[in-house]
Amino acid sequence: MTKPVEVIASLSGAIKRYGALTALDGLDLMLHRGELLALLGPNGAGKSTAISLLLGLVRADAGQVELFGRDPQQIDARRRIGVMLQSASLPATLRVSELLRLTMSYYPTPRSLEETAQLAGVADLLPRRYAALSGGQQRRVQFALAICGRPELLFLDEPTVGMDIDARQTLWVAIRRLVAEGCAVVLTTHYLEEAEALAQRVVVLGKGRVLSDGSVDALRSRVAMTRIRCISDLDAMALMQWPHVAHAEREGTHLHIHSDVPEKVLRRLLDADPALSELEVRRAGLAEAFTALTREDAAEREVA
Amino acid sequence: MSTIAIEAMPSAGAMSLRRLFGAYLAEARSECLRYLRAPGFLLPVMLFPTMFYLLFGIVIHQNAQGDAARYLLASYGVFGVMSPGLFGFGVSLAMERENGLLTLKRALPMPPGAYLLGKMVMAMLASGVIAVLLLAMAIGLAHLPLDVAQAVCFLATSMLGVLPFCALGMLVGTLVKGQGAPAIINIIYLPMSFLSGLWIPLPLLPSALQQIAPIWPSAHLQALALRALGMGHAAVGSNVAVLLVFGVVCFMLAVRRLRRLG
Repeated sequence: MTKPVEVIASLSGAIKRYGALTALDGLDLMLHRGELLALLGPNGAGKSTAISLLLGLVRADAGQVELFGRDPQQIDARRRIGVMLQSASLPATLRVSELLRLTMSYYPTPRSLEETAQLAGVADLLPRRYAALSGGQQRRVQFALAICGRPELLFLDEPTVGMDIDARQTLWVAIRRLVAEGCAVVLTTHYLEEAEALAQRVVVLGKGRVLSDGSVDALRSRVAMTRIRCISDLDAMALMQWPHVAHAEREGTHLHIHSDVPEKVLRRLLDADPALSELEVRRAGLAEAFTALTREDAAEREVA
Repeated sequence: MSTIAIEAMPSAGAMSLRRLFGAYLAEARSECLRYLRAPGFLLPVMLFPTMFYLLFGIVIHQNAQGDAARYLLASYGVFGVMSPGLFGFGVSLAMERENGLLTLKRALPMPPGAYLLGKMVMAMLASGVIAVLLLAMAIGLAHLPLDVAQAVCFLATSMLGVLPFCALGMLVGTLVKGQGAPAIINIIYLPMSFLSGLWIPLPLLPSALQQIAPIWPSAHLQALALRALGMGHAAVGSNVAVLLVFGVVCFMLAVRRLRRLG
C-alpha cells in the first residue's frame, strides 16, 4: 500500500487574464508535503502568475486556489510558508540581523537568529547593512528571510540568479537539508541543471497550462534523443538522409548528430569513417527535453 | 499514489497575541530606524521647515510681536508637518510598490495594516521632531512667550495633524509608481502651502485665493495650530471634522486601490 500524500497547496482550473493576455489557462497543480517541485517554462509561461496566486498576491478570475486548505489571502495560511521573490529591494539602511528579526516577528514559531543565519550561510553578514552587500550576498539574505519562519512550504523564485558557483552550491545544500526536514519547496528557475540537481518532480508550463508533470527522468525520457559529437570528414548533408538521424550539422572539424537510436547510427558511422575520432555520446539532458517540449507545444498551437 | 486533501487545522498558523503585538512593534521600529538612517529623507524633511522658519519667520520678521510671531510659528509648523506625511508616506509607498518590497511584504505573513501603521508612527515621530525644533527656535531665537500647555498642544497638533497628510501621500503613492512620486508630491505640497497661507499670511493674498483657502486641508490644520498657540477663539470642531473626513476619504480610496492593484 502506498502512503497517502498530503496536498498542501493546489490550483485547480485556475484562470488568470491580464487584459487580452491569458496568463493561466485553466491550470491544475498540486503541491505535496515534503516534495521539491521545480516549476519550469519559457518566459510568459505563467510561472510567476501561478506563484502569485498561491501566495495570494493576485486573485484568480476563475478556478480554485488553496494553501493549507485555506484561501492564501488568509494570514494563517501564509504563516506556514516562506517566500523568496525574484526581485525585492529590502530596506537598504537596515542591518541583516534587523531584517531577520523583523521577518521572524511575523511567524508564530520562527527559528532562532543563529540557526537561520547558519543554515542560510549569512552568519558573517549579520552586523552589516543590506545596502553594503554584494548582489549574491543580498540573495543569500533573502533566502535567510524565506526560511526564518520555519515554513512548511517554501517558495523560491529564481533563487540563484546573481550567485556565484560556491554560493549556489551552498544554497543547494541548504535546500536539500530543508527538504530532508520535511519542508516542501516550489522552485522556479532558468537553470535547468538546478532543477536536475534538486527536484524530485518537474512541472513544465507553457502558455498557462501544464505541458508535463513527472520526475526528472520521466521528463528526460520524453525526449528520446541522444547527441553524438565527433571529428570526421563525413558530409553532414548526406548524414541527414540516414535512418534514425534527426539532425546533423558541421561545426568546424566537428560533426553534431542527433539520433533516437544512437547504437545503429554509431555502427554505421564508425564503418563509414575509420578515421573518426574524439567520439562523444550523450543522452539528452533536461535542457534538450525542455526545449523540445516547449517547441512541440508552440508548433502544435501554430497548426491548430 | 493516493492523495488526501489537508484539513484546515484551526491551531496551525495561529499566533499568540503577544507575538502579534510584537510583529506590529517590530514593523514600526524597523520603519523608524530605516528612515532615521537615511539622510536623503531625513535632512530635507527636517531642514526645509527649520530653514524657512529661521529666514522668513525669524530673521525677516525680527520685530514681529505677539500674534505675528505666533502666526509664523503656526504656519511654518504646518508647512513642516505636511512633509513627513506626504513624502514619508507617498514617496516611500510609490517606491516600494515599484521595487518589490510591498509585494514581498504582502506575500509574507505580515499582520494586516502593520506596514501602514509603521509608516504612520514614523511620520508622527518625524513631525514631532520638527515641531520640537521649531518650538525651540521660537522660544530661543524669536523669544516667543509660550506656556507649557501651548507648547504641548502645538506638539500634539503637529503629531496628529500629520495623519491626514499621510493619507493624502498614501493616495498619491497608490496612483504614481516609483521615481515620478517626488515630483507629483511637490506639485501638491508647494502650491497647497502657498494657497493656504503658510508662506504669506492669508489676509495678504488676493481675495479669490482667500475664499478658496478652506478647500485645502493645510488651512484647517493651520487654524488648529493657531488655536493651540493660544490665538483666536473660534471653535475648532469644524476644522477637526474637515481634516478627519479628508483623511478618511483619502485613506479609503488608497486602500481600495492597494487592494485592487497591489
